[in-house]
Amino acid sequence: MAFDYDKYLRPNKLPHIWCPGCGHGIVMKGLIRAIDTCGLKKEDTAIVSGIGCASRLPGYLDFCTLHTAHGRAAAFATGVKMARPEMNVILVGGDGDGTAIGGNHFIHACRRNINMTYIIMNNKIYGMTGGQFSPATPTGDKASTTVYGNPDPAFDIAKLAIGAGATFVARGTAFHANQIDKLIAEAIQHKGFSVVEILDDCPTTYGRRNKFKSVIEMMNHLKETTVPVKAAEKMSPEQLKGKVLTGVLYKEEKPEYTEEYAKVIQRAQAAK
Amino acid sequence: MENKLPTIEIIEKYCKGCYICVEFCPKQVLEIKGFVVSVKNLEACIKCMQCELRCPDFAIKVTA
Amino acid sequence: MAKKVAFLQGNEAAAQGALYAGCKFFAGYPITPSTEVAEVMSVELPKIGGKFIQMEDEIGAMAALLGGALTGAKALTSTSGPGLSLKQELIGYGCIAEIPCVIYNVMRGGPSTGMPTGPSQSDIMAAKWGTHGDHPAICLVPASVQEVYEETIRAFNLAEKYRTPVMIMPDEIVAHMRERIVFPEPGEIEVIDRTTPSVPPEQYKPYDTSFGDVPPLAAFGSGYKFHVTGLNKLPDGFPTTKAEYVQAEEERQVRKVEGNAADIMKWEEYLCEDAEIIVVAFGSTSRSARFAVDQARKQGIKAGLFRPITFWPFPEARLLELSKQVKAFISPEMNLGMCAGVIKGCIEGNAPILGIFRVDGEPINPDQIIDKMKEVK
Repeated sequence: MAFDYDKYLRPNKLPHIWCPGCGHGIVMKGLIRAIDTCGLKKEDTAIVSGIGCASRLPGYLDFCTLHTAHGRAAAFATGVKMARPEMNVILVGGDGDGTAIGGNHFIHACRRNINMTYIIMNNKIYGMTGGQFSPATPTGDKASTTVYGNPDPAFDIAKLAIGAGATFVARGTAFHANQIDKLIAEAIQHKGFSVVEILDDCPTTYGRRNKFKSVIEMMNHLKETTVPVKAAEKMSPEQLKGKVLTGVLYKEEKPEYTEEYAKVIQRAQAAK
Repeated sequence: MENKLPTIEIIEKYCKGCYICVEFCPKQVLEIKGFVVSVKNLEACIKCMQCELRCPDFAIKVTA
Repeated sequence: MAKKVAFLQGNEAAAQGALYAGCKFFAGYPITPSTEVAEVMSVELPKIGGKFIQMEDEIGAMAALLGGALTGAKALTSTSGPGLSLKQELIGYGCIAEIPCVIYNVMRGGPSTGMPTGPSQSDIMAAKWGTHGDHPAICLVPASVQEVYEETIRAFNLAEKYRTPVMIMPDEIVAHMRERIVFPEPGEIEVIDRTTPSVPPEQYKPYDTSFGDVPPLAAFGSGYKFHVTGLNKLPDGFPTTKAEYVQAEEERQVRKVEGNAADIMKWEEYLCEDAEIIVVAFGSTSRSARFAVDQARKQGIKAGLFRPITFWPFPEARLLELSKQVKAFISPEMNLGMCAGVIKGCIEGNAPILGIFRVDGEPINPDQIIDKMKEVK
């Protein structure tokens, strides 16, 4: 039976702005299914983004949506969540938005362990501005500002999130479409700051410069270069060379920020 | 009624002709005609839903 | 019953004023010389169930402020020059998305790190033009601890009434000096809350101008769902590049402040009726100026003080009127002539403007002002 996405989409906003073959639409569908699984109410859910292709996502969804400034989604969202902890807060955005200009807000949202879910669509490029390299562009790759090959090392976004203190970190891909909703749903249900990195494709500004002949080739590349974390346990270091792990990479229970602040309120009122 | 054919609804104004559905369909049910997808062989459809799942553009709805 | 009095610092008074106005949310970042506001709010807000958050940087604080304000909370941040520079990005966001909030900025020496503990009045142009693009600007410049308290309440009222960020900017002297303050009784000073929608959620549009130049603002989490963006937008909140909407929306956003300038502007005239020399001064400088005017009168000089309390919108029309009666204006200010430039822009060349511009971290003393009066031909 077809899934009823229309129930969660704002009327008359499609077709979306993303290019043919861009995986952001696949991720948006996964997010919608996850929201459906979790039974989140539209008026009690804020979806917050920064600037970039991926950050246009909230405009299509029929929730409280906040399309902020470049890199600032996590900080705006922190304000929303602090002021109204009863709201569900979901962040969406790209790799450049989240880990370059928004890097500071990102690591500190992880550190606080504030109960929000951040979906980072990592297509390894600044798409909206025409394909400049991002902190997630692999060394040696081509971008409009690295035509001689990228000299910069890339972030491992999931590791960055774990290192900064996020208590749920998962990675999926646009190829593994039927897992996206499951990872996001688990992230939403986790109490604390959860990060879901989705390895995504940008055929227009990344694929074309890096010798991918088609969208399908990019999708298959996502399949071939990733290994589920459980399968990886049985693989040798040689077999894992050049592979990126997918699935739930990290999970722990830790005090959640808005609950800790509720205790601050209790202490302040007791001392009054 | 096990062999009842599914309905594959194509929303042409959403389709961007990216070929993802065509390529990931295991039974070659779909093709790109002009700039958008169309159904060329509905009888072959095994209702695996790969096209609907993977379509980035919300352009395909499969009702089994 | 006698009113409650206290001996407070300007920054502490700002925090108390915010609480009187109903502030329930503070997001900030430590910076000299405004940090005391954050410290007081961190103590007081949780007592009343409010929220205080210290963010990772100034931009993050401004972002969290806007996020908190969108949930319906009256929201305050405090900062100083370098922090104001960083916050400008999202002050612009607050202006275009029309999110009420208050930015308390203590003016210290600049540019850049400048003199962190030295007073200055050099952020007044940044208050109007610091963020890019055309936008409304409201900026209040109190001159005493009592006025910091009352103007902070007014800053919240204006933010809520006009659905826009409002800046209140004492100089470092006003922010750090201690004075006696008399607290108003609850209800004594009017407290304004933003207009919320009268229509049901399905009919709500966040920028519906059929309600006037200041459309009602729903809160996230209150049953209304809507879209907020920093892009130019349609009445329903969604982005547009359609020329007629962009033009009309930008004009409306500025008009809601400029068109209501009479309600927003506030100034004091001291001995101006027959004044031949008018000193235009604000903040701590106006206190030296008042003393200088009194001394000058004793010496037979017909001097007066014109003291803006609202700096933006600037009282242009009144200064133009006064320019027809005076021999000269004197503009003492702790910057290199920003206010003098603004005065020049409104008096149509009717009178010369003699400046006393100090950026050395020292206050302008009355003798300097009297000496300048004696230069007037």
